[in-house]
Amino acid sequence: MRPDRPLSRGRLLVYRHPALVRITHWVNLASLVVLLLSGLQILCAHPAFYWGETARFAHPLAAITTRLADDGETRGLVSLGPFSLGVSKDADGQMQPRAFPAWLTLPGELDLGAGRRWHFFFAWLFALNGGLYLAQGLASRRLPGELVPTRAQLAHIGAALLDHLRLRFPRGEAARRYNVLQQLAYLPVVFGLAPLMVLTGLSMSPAIDARLAWLPWLLGGRQSARTLHFASASLLVLFALVHVAMVVVAGPINELRSMITGWFVVKPEEPPR
Amino acid sequence: MSVPASRRAWLRAGLTTALGLAAGACDKLTASPAVNGALDGAETLNRRLHGLIVGPSALAREFPASAISPDFRANGTTNPDNDDYQRLAAGGFADWRLTIGGLVERPLSLSLAELRAAPARSQITRHDCVEGWSSIAQWRGARLGPLLERAGLKREARYIAFFCADTLELTLDGTGDYYETIAVADAFHPQTLLAYEMNGAALPVAHGAPIRLRLERQLGYKMAKYVMRIEAIDSFAKLGRGKGGYWEDRGYQWYAGI
Repeated sequence: MRPDRPLSRGRLLVYRHPALVRITHWVNLASLVVLLLSGLQILCAHPAFYWGETARFAHPLAAITTRLADDGETRGLVSLGPFSLGVSKDADGQMQPRAFPAWLTLPGELDLGAGRRWHFFFAWLFALNGGLYLAQGLASRRLPGELVPTRAQLAHIGAALLDHLRLRFPRGEAARRYNVLQQLAYLPVVFGLAPLMVLTGLSMSPAIDARLAWLPWLLGGRQSARTLHFASASLLVLFALVHVAMVVVAGPINELRSMITGWFVVKPEEPPR
Repeated sequence: MSVPASRRAWLRAGLTTALGLAAGACDKLTASPAVNGALDGAETLNRRLHGLIVGPSALAREFPASAISPDFRANGTTNPDNDDYQRLAAGGFADWRLTIGGLVERPLSLSLAELRAAPARSQITRHDCVEGWSSIAQWRGARLGPLLERAGLKREARYIAFFCADTLELTLDGTGDYYETIAVADAFHPQTLLAYEMNGAALPVAHGAPIRLRLERQLGYKMAKYVMRIEAIDSFAKLGRGKGGYWEDRGYQWYAGI
């Protein structure tokens, strides 16, 4: 661990993130962006979800379809089980019946083969990078220490929540480590959602299924696995949105610097009032 | 302070240009042969790794009859639009003959009745489409392996090519005709069939009558329908546009185990 460097006004520059965490963080971001966009490209080929082993085409859990409106134009329709979430508004210019707009897919034009090529390459990057992060974090005992909340931390979860809602972030010693809300967000992402992405992804491969038949069975069938793949990807996107929002309100320069150089500025404890 | 209209126009123009450049860079990247070549590296890795961990003989899962899908979708061509095929179909495929040739010692020409007399297998398996959906059906067909043994593969044969009656895209040079190629090892997998029955009845035209390939551990586009001719080959570089299949020629992966 590198020694702290005192700054003016009682602030401290502390070494917050080791190099491996910083590198894997940015590689992870790059791979997740490509996986999301190419994943939506793949989803465009059949934008419907089912539960079980097979597709019941007439009864999807959720689907994006088109319908012919009274004026003869086609409109997008998102349905969730028996409910319709709404019909998309008219868009100017060339309309194309596709589940996601060009700016949300990789490549931009509809090209399932190319989307798969990007997806499967970056899936390797995501899995190897995540594996490296997990292996190093577990072998060094750093991850359990940082991510698993202590009993005392859990006891003060209410206070931490209130502080967060008032946008008051930890100072002093408490700012050196993840707070309990961060832990409760990172823990299920690192040990839940990320591995689930890999497992549900693998179980969609008919070749892998021939060897690991228990995998799709465990996930409720291949179509269930596909649905879970999308659901956990959506939760990862939700996590990323909250994550970025928290970085912005907690001090984007300081937070970004700590994830690039490792050094984080800790403000002194507030004087008691 | 409000932004003057001219500055707003400049901002908008600037933003549009920046977005356009980003999109252009993205398009250039996705169209670049070097980038695509690098991405293809993952396909090779997956194919080799699957070869190692899945192995040549692991069986695809087989399901109980209760799992059969009532709404098995027919994709691609559902009724080949050519006179020869329509004539064969009208005659119940009595005049249809399957030829197995290319790099073989004894080329075969089989009628549907002869094919039905060949060593057969029944299996209830899941069909996974590249689009993302799956359906389950029962298939019965002649095992491809014993047929190839009968024909006697020459040593230099590396792939088995399937030539089909359907044209999925009209082209001047005939590269829109459906064809597929698979590895010889996969052709000898016990579940690799020339299926002539689906769910206990003759294979429907929509699903590839009189026969379609079943290659259970890969995606649906590998399982050529309306198979008319089979050839053992040492390279698929000279077939179609050289990528090993109709969809492969249009950007799909040759190895479809994912």
